[in-house]
Amino acid sequence: MNLHEYQAKEILRAQGVNIPPGRVATTPAEAEAIAKEYGVPVMVKAQVHAGGRGKAGGVKFCKTPAEAKEKATAILGMKIKELTVEQVLVTVAADIGSEAYVGIIVDRATKKPVFMVSAAGGIDIEEVAASTPEKILYVPVDVRYGLPTYDAMRMGFFLYSDVTLARGAAKIMQQLYAAFMASGCSLAEINPLVVTPAGELVAVDGKMVIDDNELDRRPEIAALRDERSEEPSEVDARHANLTFIKLDGNVGCVVNGAGLAMATMDLVKYYGGEPANFLDIGGSSNPEKVVNALRIITADPNVKAILFNIFGGITRTDDVANGIVTATKANPLKVPIVIRLTGTNEEIAMQILTNNGFTASSDMDTAVQQAVALAKGGK
Amino acid sequence: MSVFIDKHTKLVVQGITGRDGSFHAKQMMEYGTQVVAGVTPGKGGQRFEGTVPIFNTVADAVQATGANTSVIYVPPPFAADAIMEAAASGVSLVVCITEGVPVLDMTKVYPFVKERGVRLIGPNCPGLITPGESKVGIIPGRICTPGPVGVVSRSGTLTYEVVYQLTRAGIGQTTCVGIGGDPINGTNFIDCLAAFEKDPATKAIAMMGEIGGTDEQEAAEFIRTQMKKPVVGFIAGQTAPPGRRMGHAGAIISGSSGTAQEKLEAFAAAGMGVAKRPIDFVELMKARL
Repeated sequence: MNLHEYQAKEILRAQGVNIPPGRVATTPAEAEAIAKEYGVPVMVKAQVHAGGRGKAGGVKFCKTPAEAKEKATAILGMKIKELTVEQVLVTVAADIGSEAYVGIIVDRATKKPVFMVSAAGGIDIEEVAASTPEKILYVPVDVRYGLPTYDAMRMGFFLYSDVTLARGAAKIMQQLYAAFMASGCSLAEINPLVVTPAGELVAVDGKMVIDDNELDRRPEIAALRDERSEEPSEVDARHANLTFIKLDGNVGCVVNGAGLAMATMDLVKYYGGEPANFLDIGGSSNPEKVVNALRIITADPNVKAILFNIFGGITRTDDVANGIVTATKANPLKVPIVIRLTGTNEEIAMQILTNNGFTASSDMDTAVQQAVALAKGGK
Repeated sequence: MSVFIDKHTKLVVQGITGRDGSFHAKQMMEYGTQVVAGVTPGKGGQRFEGTVPIFNTVADAVQATGANTSVIYVPPPFAADAIMEAAASGVSLVVCITEGVPVLDMTKVYPFVKERGVRLIGPNCPGLITPGESKVGIIPGRICTPGPVGVVSRSGTLTYEVVYQLTRAGIGQTTCVGIGGDPINGTNFIDCLAAFEKDPATKAIAMMGEIGGTDEQEAAEFIRTQMKKPVVGFIAGQTAPPGRRMGHAGAIISGSSGTAQEKLEAFAAAGMGVAKRPIDFVELMKARL
């Protein structure tokens, strides 16, 4: 789950990181009031889950409260990478002397959180990483000991030769690390970390990505989810405990397991079709999940055929068959359905389907080819 | 011969009285796995299915029954502790089926397990099976048959698909291992490839990867430099849009690293067979056996 910039900044501020004051606004009048309250100049920044906000015109510098109102009028409601801007952060603009990058991710290779810091921060940090990797220092952290001061200082001195700044940066690393662990992050970054002409360290932008597996035990973080910034069908699917991603094709896919779901999409494409979605009904299935899956898929007008590909292990195929029967009795399908299932309780499942007028096969390639043909209007 | 488990494997099931644990404990027993103990705190002294003794702790179970392997079916908030409990109890292999373990938990668990010299498979994995001898986890037994192919995969159901296709074509398996799709897991492709390379019964290996990360590229490099046995590979997610998480935490494409294309090129450069579809494993394997 992604947090908005203003949410990440609140968390960092609570850890003691120096963040320019500001607040989020949903109307131009509010933006103007915030600019008056905190004093100009301010930045008005679109709060959407998309990179490249600045390049899209979603981040503006404003010298007066009136200008903040004007810019907020332009930004609120604009679309950045398909996402409508519903709120803007209005925050005091910092004087920028230098810009550094500080980030932590969970690294698959070392199996640890790893700090990445660079004195060449700002919007082009990915370019820096690709073309001049020596400008980035990587520091893995053993979570059993936390971030030792000497490692934090090593990073501080990598960024700044001045000992006061290095100490200040080291403290920010400790605070960022604390926020990262306390919020259950898979990524947290401050970019840019600014040194003002007065020699003050300020975190001007912040980003946090939360590990979805942490949300059950961190209700205060889960409550930060902004469903307005997500695809409605994906929100619906999440509420039904399904993993769903909408795509542009016309073959609606219902599969158990992420790997098989991806392989099924690949096979649809291999046989000349286009998948309408990725949908994983997960392990321990129950008929209700299948009912929800069918509801979400059939709500997409692009879907011209539905393909079930179920390989029962922990998923019982009879649960899936019961779900298909229940769902289609309540809401008869308007598009053809192709069912492939095999594995746990397959005989019972086949019996349930046959008794209710469905046919099912046990071969994946045959089923995918059929679904692709049906989606193209064949039979 | 086989890798990691065989007919001598003595298994303790953590979470044996839960919904998934009890269902799969029965399935494993029916398959012939020696399920010697179960663990559910507070139910010590009872018996599962009237036969398998239940203990309050893994240490008690190991001491009383000589279990050498543990399989974990406990819910995600307790999984990390269950793994550490197993690793501290004296078993040499821990298989964690649980899906949804927070990755920061795994950053603590991984060094704990490593320092004790214990092998962890998973979490978020289907476990493993040595056809005809033992199954630990949830891989359906009837889709497997003994034979010469070692199978290793990051996915669960995709593993079943490929194994099913191989079995239907009369190609059996030494051991099938699902290593799990999480960003931090106990056993990686290279660990399994190295074990299969040493196993005299394994003549060829089928390897199923996914988009995201660089594990497959590193495995390809290992195959190129360290292996004599033929390997056939597949990558799921060739049509996945970049930057989207597809269920598995592992299946994330970030930036230009971890794409299907990059992985398939690494496979080809390592001289591996490359399966475009799951069914292609059949012909590619036949040509290598």
